[in-house]
Amino acid sequence: MEVARVEHASKVYKIGEVETHALNDASVTIASGEFTALVGPSGSGKTTLLQLIGCLDQPTSGAVFVAGKDVSRLNRNQRADMRRDTIGFVFQFFALIPTLTAFENVELPMLLGANKLSDGERRKRVTSLLESVELADRAANRPDQMSGGQQQRVAIARALASKPTFILADEPTANLDTANGKQIMDIMTRLNQETGVTFVFATHDQRVISYARRIVTMRDGRIVES
Amino acid sequence: MKQLLRMAWQNLNRNRRRSFFSALALGMGISLLLLMAAVLDGEYRDALDAAIRLQSGHLQVRALTFDEGKTSLAWTDLIEKPGDLAMRISTLAPVLAATPRLIASGFVAGSDQSVGVRLFGIDPSSPASAPYQQGLKSGAWLTSDDRDGVLVGEKLAAQLNLNAGDKLNLTTNTSNGDVDQQAFVVRGIYSTRTPGFDNTTVLMPLVKAQAFTQAGDHASLIFVLLNDIDQTEPVKTALQTATYDVRTWSQLNDVVVQTQRLSQSYMVMLYLIVLAITATVVVNTLIMAAFERTREIGILSAIGMRPGTIMALFLIESAFLALGGIAIGLVLGGALVAYGTLVGFFIGDVGATGLLVGSTIYAHLTVGDAVNLIVAGLVVTLVGALFPAMMASRMEPVKALRGG
Ligand SMILES: Nc1ncnc2c1ncn2[C@@H]1O[C@H](COP(=O)(O)OP(=O)(O)OP(=O)(O)O)[C@@H](O)[C@H]1O
Ligand SMILES: [Mg+2]
Repeated sequence: MEVARVEHASKVYKIGEVETHALNDASVTIASGEFTALVGPSGSGKTTLLQLIGCLDQPTSGAVFVAGKDVSRLNRNQRADMRRDTIGFVFQFFALIPTLTAFENVELPMLLGANKLSDGERRKRVTSLLESVELADRAANRPDQMSGGQQQRVAIARALASKPTFILADEPTANLDTANGKQIMDIMTRLNQETGVTFVFATHDQRVISYARRIVTMRDGRIVES
Repeated sequence: MKQLLRMAWQNLNRNRRRSFFSALALGMGISLLLLMAAVLDGEYRDALDAAIRLQSGHLQVRALTFDEGKTSLAWTDLIEKPGDLAMRISTLAPVLAATPRLIASGFVAGSDQSVGVRLFGIDPSSPASAPYQQGLKSGAWLTSDDRDGVLVGEKLAAQLNLNAGDKLNLTTNTSNGDVDQQAFVVRGIYSTRTPGFDNTTVLMPLVKAQAFTQAGDHASLIFVLLNDIDQTEPVKTALQTATYDVRTWSQLNDVVVQTQRLSQSYMVMLYLIVLAITATVVVNTLIMAAFERTREIGILSAIGMRPGTIMALFLIESAFLALGGIAIGLVLGGALVAYGTLVGFFIGDVGATGLLVGSTIYAHLTVGDAVNLIVAGLVVTLVGALFPAMMASRMEPVKALRGG
């Protein structure tokens, strides 16, 4: 079963007179349960592709389908709801809200949801998510009171919070040392196997690529192998 | 929603000094406006109060042809047997005092100058004369049968260099169109603390004034004070007959009443101008915050927070700032107003024509003024905050997340 599909998508960035074809007629389908690495040299369009699949941006031409819906037909609120309900994000720079504790960061997506859990259920879920990324003891810490690896694990817990169908991770280990990178990849692999949630992660790192069960290679905005 | 309030609060806490100074700007604006509103209100209240106590009363009963601009003493312009009429009016329950008064114009010939004055023939024993008696600075109060004594206002006395016991030469118009002149003794100097009144008015017993101006048993008007100003209209209705003209305090002081209305509308404009200026400080703070938090807004957007919710977050922050500013404004402004109410601001002799202004202005803050200001402060700030809030809600999550 597919969770997202990109059809002949192009993305052109224009700065003044200069046009950059960040994505050039790219097509790819992500199936449920995948654990996929998006690889390619710097500037090849990995981030751009993830942004389209993540409903963070729209293609210049072509189409993106998420959960069976054409993203270009969704308005801003519908795209926000799509991100909230079906997509989780993990970014290179441990994107947490600095004023909130680890617990609150993980809790936040659930507070945005329409199908609200009871307070008790929600707390239980946050605690179990933090346990699953081995951070139960850091629940009360704010981001500046945690290491990079810990912050990234909180981000993974947060990405899982609203039970998304897939998680997009853009170079999740690029700012981590080898040991922490390995821990992140181990956790992601385990979560993929335990919960069946789909992972797509962009990376340059050969060790990270080795975790993937599918590899999509990009060059100059094109998908050259998948 | 609870989480949104907490986030807004924590966001303001991140840059406490900046948040404080934004709120302080609003607070200073509000406190100054509060003081201005209170001073203006106090000034008009005092002016009206002085005008009613000293000059107009709550009601006046006069002859149909009486014209206060002319101070005509022709008998047809005066009230006949005013004592009887005043007595009858006094029996009405809401009436505190009703007393005949004769008003004439004249001048005092000093050694080197003549000064135009207003002669007030009053009943010294009437409670309505108490404001003059209470203001006695030196000398003695008048008695009803005094035949050559007058009281001179403090300002006028200073101008003519008069003291209690001095002689003064008074000239007046009379009922039959002549002028008459007589020497009087200054029994005392009074002050109503209202320079505009004190520098023109000479008081003498009604009976003597009637004799001096040959007005017979006539008076210009019956001066009526009520126990409660709100009784003015019913009493007016009760007194109104075909033979007399009954005027209320608001008709008699229309200059004051209209000036007050006008200045209230100026105040509203001033509110908006000052609050708009202080709101720009808050707006500026929020714009800076929106730019600083571009990435964070992108994160919120990425995890599915709707644009409307992001906007709400910023509006809540601005509401907190506004409430903080209002709180500061009420404390600072409250202190200023309290000073103005208890101590007052000395302004000296600035009585304008038609407006009796005391030499010290006391502030008087009405609940209405305070509430208007609080609501205006909140609304103007929130309206101003719409712009940065919309700006934040429209930030693209992509831009927000690229390049760490
Ligand atoms: N907002 C933008 N405006 C202009 N050009 C952009 C913008 N974002 C990306 N690009 C350009 O688009 C191309 C693809 O960028 P993208 O970030 O998708 O590459 P990437 O594969 O993720 O690279 P990296 O591995 O360095 O993260 C690059 O040439 C980049 O300079
Ligand atoms: Mg990239």
